[in-house]
Amino acid sequence: MDYSWDFGPVLERFDMLALGLLNTVKIAAVSIVLGVLVGLVLAMMRLSTRKWLNIPSLVFIEFYRNTPPIVHFFWFFYALPVMLAVSLDPYVAAVLALSTQSGAFYAEVFRGGIVSIERGQWEGGRALGMTHSALMRRVIVPQAIARMVPPFIERSFELLKTTALASTLAYADLLYQAMMVNAETFRPLEVYTTIALMYLVLLVTASQFARLAEARLTAYQ
Amino acid sequence: MTGKPILEVKGLHKRFGDHHVLKGIDFTVEPGERVAIIGGSGSGKSTFLRCMNFMETLSEGEIWLDGTRIGVEKKGTVTYPEKQLCQVRERLGMVFQQFNLFPHMSVLNNVMEGLVTVQGKSKPEARRIAEAELAKVGLSEKHDAWPGRLSGGQQQRVAIARALSMQPEILLFDEPTSSLDPELVGEVLRVIKQLAEEGRTMLLVTHELGFAYHFATKVIFLAEGVFHEVGTPDEILKHPKQARTQDFLRRFGEFAF
Repeated sequence: MDYSWDFGPVLERFDMLALGLLNTVKIAAVSIVLGVLVGLVLAMMRLSTRKWLNIPSLVFIEFYRNTPPIVHFFWFFYALPVMLAVSLDPYVAAVLALSTQSGAFYAEVFRGGIVSIERGQWEGGRALGMTHSALMRRVIVPQAIARMVPPFIERSFELLKTTALASTLAYADLLYQAMMVNAETFRPLEVYTTIALMYLVLLVTASQFARLAEARLTAYQ
Repeated sequence: MTGKPILEVKGLHKRFGDHHVLKGIDFTVEPGERVAIIGGSGSGKSTFLRCMNFMETLSEGEIWLDGTRIGVEKKGTVTYPEKQLCQVRERLGMVFQQFNLFPHMSVLNNVMEGLVTVQGKSKPEARRIAEAELAKVGLSEKHDAWPGRLSGGQQQRVAIARALSMQPEILLFDEPTSSLDPELVGEVLRVIKQLAEEGRTMLLVTHELGFAYHFATKVIFLAEGVFHEVGTPDEILKHPKQARTQDFLRRFGEFAF
């Protein structure tokens, strides 16, 4: 291969990429927080024995599981504004897509954690005279959280990578900024190699924090 | 024994779908009585015990605690408000075959949990009570251990301390030694014996017939969902009248009284 690598022009525009990285982190963080809220509501609905709560939640979750993520981005950016007769900012549309997607998956993580707690734990608490809500708060949820952590982290990493789809809506995330740098430098090999490494460093760093959190929450096991 | 019963069961039936497990049981317990419930596996003896504190819902029948009927009857249907069931369960301590300790709490916190969360006691007070109960079962040095690190016998003794901490009026033991290694059975039975000596009211479902003989003031042989034979330990375990009871005891073989 006689290609001569030259990272010079890319590194000159590193500030653009740094801004992209920052935006990627920002949209991921906001979407994780909102996704958790969506997931909690959906999980509580799924755990309910009332059909009018249970079924809508199931439909929502199945919809997101069985449709491609990019379709959600397009739907919130191009379709929803038609329905509401307002235009949505790319950032808002991308956050809506990301937080509803992740919410659907988080819901299953949360529900799975709760239902995985053995019947004996419920009985142990009940036999002491604990109310359902006290039992949930003191016995079930703390143990369920420990079991939710690994799949929760996996889903969050998935979300972090999916943020790259926001570039298709012209949101200035890392991938979008890379496309801008590429347009100015015509150095796709260097540009996309650089951002791949930036994504790698971001995710590896995040996984270190995740591992710490996991160790703390599962100390008793 | 004569006196006012503390626990009264009238016409208890329990069905799991088509499976009719308990077929009309009447039963009274007076304060200070120790009742051992024996019977083959699948005879419904655990289900019967679990109905006492509503771990199982009743299909039919009434349970009276200290002269008060549990449940609220309205237009022929009985409902069991959560608040009332919680109060009943607080008064009936239960010890399970599988211990059911909370694995994410230390031993001390397991015993403190009900005192703080259910009885609303302050932490220092709960701690004082929990320490005393743990001392009683011989586990003072295990306060800070995770339950998962203890032997089965130690876990069961923590579970007994947890039940005792609530000052229950009646203790329910659901095969408390059945999941223990044989060499750990003794330490748990010793604790139960000690509680018997204190004159506590207890119901014990067990396969330890030798222990039941010394422990109980009354023995019930449960078969086919009914009380097949009821009497003193001597009457049931040594001189059973019913053929079915005799069969059951024979299958258990020799056991030392």
